[in-house]
Amino acid sequence: MLSDLLPPALVNLLLASLQQTVTMVAASAVLSTLIGLPLGILLVVTAPGQFLERPVFNKVLGTVVNLIRSTPFIILMVAIIPFTRLLAGTTVGTAAAIVPLTVAITPLYARLAEAAMREVDQSLIEAAESMGASPLQIIFKVLLPEALPGIVAGQTVTLVSLIGYSAMAGTVGGGGLGDLGIRFGYQRFMPEVMIAVVIVLVAIVQSVQMTGDLAARLVNHRIARSRRSR
Amino acid sequence: MNVLARTATDDSPTRRTEAPSPEQRSPVIEVRSLTKVYDPKAGPVLDDVSLSVEKGSIHGIIGRSGAGKSTLVRCLNGLVSPTSGRIFVGGREITGLRGPTLRAARRDIAMIFQHFSLLSSRTAAGNVALPLEIAGVPKDLIHRKVPELLKLVGLGGKADSYPVELSGGQKQRVGIARALALEPSVLLSDEATSALDPETTEQILTLLADINRRTGISIVLITHEMDVVRQIADHVTVLEGGRIAETGPTFGVFAFPQSTVARSFLSSIVAHDLPEEVAARLQADASDATDPVLRITFTGASAHDPVVATLVERFGIRPNILHGRIDYIGGKPLGIMTLIAQGGEPRLPAVLSYLQSLGLHGEVIGHAVRSAAPGTR
Repeated sequence: MLSDLLPPALVNLLLASLQQTVTMVAASAVLSTLIGLPLGILLVVTAPGQFLERPVFNKVLGTVVNLIRSTPFIILMVAIIPFTRLLAGTTVGTAAAIVPLTVAITPLYARLAEAAMREVDQSLIEAAESMGASPLQIIFKVLLPEALPGIVAGQTVTLVSLIGYSAMAGTVGGGGLGDLGIRFGYQRFMPEVMIAVVIVLVAIVQSVQMTGDLAARLVNHRIARSRRSR
Repeated sequence: MNVLARTATDDSPTRRTEAPSPEQRSPVIEVRSLTKVYDPKAGPVLDDVSLSVEKGSIHGIIGRSGAGKSTLVRCLNGLVSPTSGRIFVGGREITGLRGPTLRAARRDIAMIFQHFSLLSSRTAAGNVALPLEIAGVPKDLIHRKVPELLKLVGLGGKADSYPVELSGGQKQRVGIARALALEPSVLLSDEATSALDPETTEQILTLLADINRRTGISIVLITHEMDVVRQIADHVTVLEGGRIAETGPTFGVFAFPQSTVARSFLSSIVAHDLPEEVAARLQADASDATDPVLRITFTGASAHDPVVATLVERFGIRPNILHGRIDYIGGKPLGIMTLIAQGGEPRLPAVLSYLQSLGLHGEVIGHAVRSAAPGTR
C-alpha cells in the first residue's frame, strides 16, 4: 500500500497536490474551451475564401495567437503577472495559476479546433449555403458537428498539455503535483516522492488520453457503427 | 414550337417580364447575357450565355469539364455572382440579391451534388431535416415530413442510418429527399449521377423523372454524359468554352446535331460514324464500280415503317446494312441506319425523294467500291 512506501504526512501532501492540479487543469480547460472554440471558429470562417471572409482581421488574430504560442510558458507566466493580478486579485496560489495556464493553452486549443474545422469538406458548406443557411447556421449545424471528432481529439491534446504546464505552476505558488515533485523529490532529496508524483501524473495522462480517444470514436460517424463500437 | 415562339418574343424582353405571360409553359429560369470572369487574364468562364428553362421541364446542360457548366449552375442559386448579365428564377431576379433575401430565394432552388454532400454527423433523417431546420420549420412538422420524404425516394427503412452505412445510390436518394424538403420549384443537379455506376445512375434518373412528372418540379441537369440527357431531358443545351454551342429539344439535337461538340458527345450513343472497314473503301464520287452508302435517320412514327423492304421491292436495291440502331430519346424512337445500297447508283435520286416523302432524313455519305468479299452476294 501507499502508506507502506510513503509516510502518511507525505500521502496527505500528495493528495492535496493532486487536488490542486485537478483544480488548475479543470478550470483552465473549461476557460480555454470557452474562449478557444470561438477563436478557432473565427480563424476558420474569416479566412480568405470562407463565408465570412475578413482577411485583415484573420491575419491579426492569427498573429496574436502565434505570438502567445511561441512564448515559453515560464516566461509568459511572469510576463502577464499584472494581468493575473487584475483578474485573480492575487499573483500567488492555485487561483492565480489558472490565469496564465488559460492564456497559454487557449491559443493551442484554438489552433487545434481550427485545424479540425478546416478538415470539413468545403462542399458541405456550399450545400448548406445552397439551402439558404445563414453564417451562424452553417457554424452550428455544419461546421461544429462535422468537426466534432477532431475537436474532441484536440481537447484531449489540450488537456494533456495542460497537465504538463500545470507542473510549472509552482513558480507562482500554484502548488500541484509538479511543484510537490520539485520541492520534496528534488530539493529535499526524496526520490520516492518524485517517483510517486510521476506515477500519478502518468496515470492521469493515460486515463485522459484513453477517455478522449473513446469519446472521439463515439462521436465519429464517418466510421461504420460496427467498427465504432469496438 | 415553343422555342420558336420564345425567340420571337425575346426581341422585347422588357415587356415579357412585366406582364405575366398568358401561355401555360412560361419559363421558370431565364438567363440573359450571363458572363462570368474569375481571372481577367484567363478570359471569361461564361461568355454571354442566354438560356431559358421551361416550367416543369427537365433541361440538360452538357459540356466537357471546364466548359463552364458548374459555374452556370452556381450562378442560378447565387453561389457565384456573375460579372454581368441577369438571372430570373420563378420571375424573381436572383442577380443582385444578398443576405437574407438571397437566402430566402435559395429555398426555392434546391440542389443535388456529385458527391452527395451529406453531413456525416447526421443520419439520413437528420440530413433530410437540415433544410427544414434552416428554414425554421416547427419541430413537429419536421418529424412528420421527414419520413414522407424518405419514403418518396424509396428509403423508408433507412431513416436512422448514417451516410457511411449507405451505398452511393442511397446517399443520392437522401440528397434528393433533402432537396425536395422545402418543396422548391427548381432542382439543380450538379453531376448528380457522375459518381454512380450505370445501373444506379439509371435508377436515380428514373426517380428524378418520376418526381418531375408527379410534382411538376423543373430540373436543370448538369452533366458530361450524353446518356443522362438522352434518358430524361426534354431540352438540352450544349456548352463549349463558356458559350452555348447548341440548344433545343433533346430529340432534335440528337437526331441532327449542328455543332461539332454535340456531334462528338453523341458519337458514343448515336451512330454518326461509319465502320472503319467501310470508311476505307469510301470515295466521294460515284462510278460503275461503286454502290452508294446511305444513312437514313428515322424519327418519330416513321421509325416503324418497313423502309428496307420497300427499297428492295420498289427499287430493286439489295441493301447491305452496315449499322442499325434505334435509341429512345426521352421515350421517342430515333433510328439511324447506315447501309450500302447495292445496285442503287442509277436510282439514287428516286430513292432519296422516296425517303423524303416518308419524312425520313436520307443522306448519301459517299460511294463504296464494290468488294468481292464472300458473304456479300
